[in-house]
Amino acid sequence: MSILMSIITVIYYLLIAYITVILIVNLIKTRKWNKEILYVIVILPFLLRLFRLK
Amino acid sequence: MADHSIRKIVVSIFGLLLFIFSGISFYKSRHLKEPVVLGPGVTEVKKLSEYFPGIKGSINDCNVYFLEGKEKGATLLVMGGSHPEEPAGRLAPWLFVENGVMEQGRLILVLSANRSGTTVTRIGGGYPPDYTISTPWGGQTFRMGDRWSNPLDQWPDPEVYIHYPSKQNLAYVDIRNLNRTWPGRPNGTLTEKTCYAFMELIRKEKVDIFIDLHEAELQYPVISTIVTHEDGQELATFVSMMLTDMEGFNMGTEFSPKNLHGLSHREVGDYSDAISLLFEAPEPFLDATRGKTTREQLLTGKDEFVVKAGKHGLLFEKIDENGWPIDVRVGRHTSAILQTMESWTEDHPERPLACQNVPRYAEVIENGIGTYLQDFRKVDSKRVIFE
Repeated sequence: MSILMSIITVIYYLLIAYITVILIVNLIKTRKWNKEILYVIVILPFLLRLFRLK
Repeated sequence: MADHSIRKIVVSIFGLLLFIFSGISFYKSRHLKEPVVLGPGVTEVKKLSEYFPGIKGSINDCNVYFLEGKEKGATLLVMGGSHPEEPAGRLAPWLFVENGVMEQGRLILVLSANRSGTTVTRIGGGYPPDYTISTPWGGQTFRMGDRWSNPLDQWPDPEVYIHYPSKQNLAYVDIRNLNRTWPGRPNGTLTEKTCYAFMELIRKEKVDIFIDLHEAELQYPVISTIVTHEDGQELATFVSMMLTDMEGFNMGTEFSPKNLHGLSHREVGDYSDAISLLFEAPEPFLDATRGKTTREQLLTGKDEFVVKAGKHGLLFEKIDENGWPIDVRVGRHTSAILQTMESWTEDHPERPLACQNVPRYAEVIENGIGTYLQDFRKVDSKRVIFE
């Protein structure tokens, strides 16, 4: 079971990294101020998880 | 540079600052060092992995403190930090490590049984990350902790947790609950491996009595009581009677249900020769109807909403405007441990247990826990260890 958990965890972190990159790309592309703020707020928990801080 | 580009840079810097400050806060909380002064009675400190190498190097490879008596006797293991969000369960054995001297028998102490659980707070619960106990030399800060192992150390949870070896279905999150994974297994999750390591400790050190220290919400029926395996019914009843008669606080006795698996009072008794007991003290901080979840609420145990719940007959323990201060809760545990030694010794004079220099209920309330926490800055660094 622990091997399966490790595999799921690796896939999970890859997904987190992928979504973080997409969010950063969207942040760069957008021209609307309210979306910029929204992206910054949404990215935050993804970064904290990616760096294993929370 | 266009206006929107400047704005984007400003917004990104704002986000980066939020990330840095919150990241530092979470990192500090997870890595807060808790100093323990090895008292005059501590004769040896081991790591849990010495009993099961499978957890060596993991966050749950906790310290195990030994207090060897001058005279031989029985062996008592007291485990704190099974549920780290129940601070009296950690602070009571802390007082034994820093002050206790065994005259007869051997005392083994654990302060952070689920060390992973001490590094996180309840997700979405708005818990304080730590709390500080006032001392004559300032104050000592402890990690707040949670009921479950940190998801950073054990993840993912299953849809349904199937307990090993009973195959009983339990709540999914309880696969990270140290008091639902006994007796553990060597190839299981981190929490299961931790329980297995403790079982190995209990078996190899030939522990006679095992005590698991907890606190409970007032809306939970198992409160202010000793939960005992059938092997310990006589001892628990004796301790309960003595505490209620002699120390002035009520302590009940409940028997461990035979069909409720994963809990220490059931599995330790079933899978070892030790008598397994679990002590519960009241902690209003855990009640679902509490008000603000603050450090003050945690330490004073005062909460007007819990009091109101009591007036509606929703509680299993009394509460008034005086609350349930941490000194009262810790004092209950220290007295209950000392009384267990005394009651055991009355029944087994050939294998006694006797501990000196640890305050009982009335003394802890009168002087405060801080009086008994030693100043780690004023002792030889070789006598200071970190949890």
